Amino acid sequence: MAFDSNESAATAEAEISLDALPVGGRGVVVEVGAGGPIGGRLRDLGFVPGTPVTLERRAPMGDPAVYVLRGTRLCLRRSEAREIRIRPLG
Amino acid sequence: MAEATAASPGGADALESGATAPLLGLIGSPNSGKTTLFNALTGLRARVGNYPGVTVERREGFATVGDARVRILDLPGTYSLTPISADEAVVSDVLAGEIEGLDAPDGLVIVADANSLDRSLLFVAQALRLGRPACLVLTMMDELRARGGDIDCERLANALGIPVIPVVGHRGLGLDALRKRLAESPDWEAPSILPPESAEERAGWARSVLESVRSEPSEGNRRTEAIDRIVLHPLLGSLLFVVVMTTFFQLIFTVAAPLMDAIDAGVGALAGFAREVLPAGFAADLLADGVIAGVGSVVIFLPQIVLLFTLLYFLEDSGYMARAAFVIDRVMARVGLEGRAFVALLSSYACAVPGIMAARTVPSPRHRLVTILVAPLMTCSARLPVYAILIAAFVPVQTVALGLGLQGLVLLTLYLAGTLSALLLAALLRRFVAPGEGMPFYLELPPYRVPPIKLVASQVWGAASAFLKRAGTIILAASIILWVLLNFPKTEVPADTPPERAAAVALEQSAAGRLGHAVEPLIAPLGFDWKIGVGLVASLAAREVIVATLAQIYATAEEDEISLREALQQDRDPRTGELVFDLATVASLLVFFVFALQCVSTLAVMRRETASLRWPAFSFVSLLAIAYGASFVTYRVVHALTT
Repeated sequence: MAFDSNESAATAEAEISLDALPVGGRGVVVEVGAGGPIGGRLRDLGFVPGTPVTLERRAPMGDPAVYVLRGTRLCLRRSEAREIRIRPLG
Repeated sequence: MAEATAASPGGADALESGATAPLLGLIGSPNSGKTTLFNALTGLRARVGNYPGVTVERREGFATVGDARVRILDLPGTYSLTPISADEAVVSDVLAGEIEGLDAPDGLVIVADANSLDRSLLFVAQALRLGRPACLVLTMMDELRARGGDIDCERLANALGIPVIPVVGHRGLGLDALRKRLAESPDWEAPSILPPESAEERAGWARSVLESVRSEPSEGNRRTEAIDRIVLHPLLGSLLFVVVMTTFFQLIFTVAAPLMDAIDAGVGALAGFAREVLPAGFAADLLADGVIAGVGSVVIFLPQIVLLFTLLYFLEDSGYMARAAFVIDRVMARVGLEGRAFVALLSSYACAVPGIMAARTVPSPRHRLVTILVAPLMTCSARLPVYAILIAAFVPVQTVALGLGLQGLVLLTLYLAGTLSALLLAALLRRFVAPGEGMPFYLELPPYRVPPIKLVASQVWGAASAFLKRAGTIILAASIILWVLLNFPKTEVPADTPPERAAAVALEQSAAGRLGHAVEPLIAPLGFDWKIGVGLVASLAAREVIVATLAQIYATAEEDEISLREALQQDRDPRTGELVFDLATVASLLVFFVFALQCVSTLAVMRRETASLRWPAFSFVSLLAIAYGASFVTYRVVHALTT
């Protein structure tokens, strides 16, 4: 994970929120913006810095979306995904 | 019901040795295979109860290893030991020994799915930080190996400082080794080095542990990926959702109906038998119409509850329910609820009692409360006989357009009115009564699995026994009270009364009859007379009872629907000579039944599922107010239009 911190300064501008990923897009978690219980729970679910995440697909009506991380598939709505900052991987 | 539990051999036995056997707490995330493991260890002899103040199920049982016994507490599945709701706090409270009458567990059995160890280790780290003697059970190792991965359990044990035991719970593999470990639990040691506290550092710790013990699987779960290509497909997935939910609903309705009729007939036969055996009089009446009919009014719910929960847990344990919630979540989000509330509301079309119980699958307490509160507005099957007789009697048979009959359209309108008002009320409640999120929305899509029959059976049994113990007693008591109201005080029926009028006269003189007269001024603005008042009182037992009560008042044979229909059509007010059931009154009564929470069983189960008297009281009063207002307006408007 050492390379994450080295690169983070250079790519800070490229950071996006998780909900902005296109379907099939990948990224690495940079931080969870929400504080309090919601942020804590998102971290406990595995959204911690350095974790690779893939947006697998969106629900038929556009929301929520399935994210693949840490060997699990988790659905989040845009409202929660917006709290998670990621660095997209090309 | 309480006697049955106490008398079972396991129960009495368990209580005696409970004091000496070490207590182990089973903890892990949802979908970790924890409950399957619990069932495999305790052999379905679990005692099911509730934690004080919340509606979280408390399940415990014993595992026997040779001569040794350990007591095992199956704690609710959770992704984190930092609670964000009262329900979740149960786990941390139990672990801290803060639940009255329950000591803190002597040791922890942490359960994790080997396939998602990456995520589970974050939870394991939290559990280890409790500094308790513990062991880790890795489930579904067979799946991981089938995917070309593996975990070196010995190395993992060294890294964590606690024993690690791989099992395949539903096939019983590894259970002997686990039992042996559990028997040694008094000798377990607490981990000597604790993982770091912050989530970031924990993630780093998890990464370094994983690197040394796991060979990554070479492929994903092929079966699940293949199924999800269809189930989560935008078009096919939506179609499948409609098909599954329609089938689900149809099964609850059609399969349960004959069973319920059979129970009804059985109860009737039993009551008849009691009357034959006992001398006519109070004792025979009490036993036949009070007790036997009262017990019948509880048991009648069982087919629907057992069927609903069998289907529900089958869908849940197979992995489909999470997909269904994913597909429909957007719709439910519009009214401030979430995907998992959909099934509870759908079930309420059959009956609000199992519907409200199905709301247990909604994890957020606020969402669950709102789901429970709006469930009674979904048009349940008990309203159907009421709608049917009123529509048949007062809505003319005529075709409106496109071959649609007017009677059918009225029925459809009533269903739509119930559904739309449930959704509207949900939105209002989420805004004003239970606002805010409190919990983030998240939903795990577990791999598809064939649900172990034992697991489904134990969950269904848990739901049915909870219903009988907690709600059944209230329903029984309420049915008997209503029976007393409808039959006492007994009056001398004048000798010149025609025999077919005797029952009607007795009913008018009963407490319920007097209550009907007493509330007449209150319900007169809705176009209701005292007879409908009595019917409304009686319908508290179950909505369709109003039909039987009206039949009794009009002294027609209950089974003979046509004669009741005619009696209703011809009844005139003795003072004014006007029809009692004019169009305005009928419309008003139908609207009243759309909204009013006329059902003690629903109130009883609501009381149980919210662990409070406040919410059933709130629901009863507010829905009564809505019903009154809507009926009043309907009566006035229709009256103005038709005269």
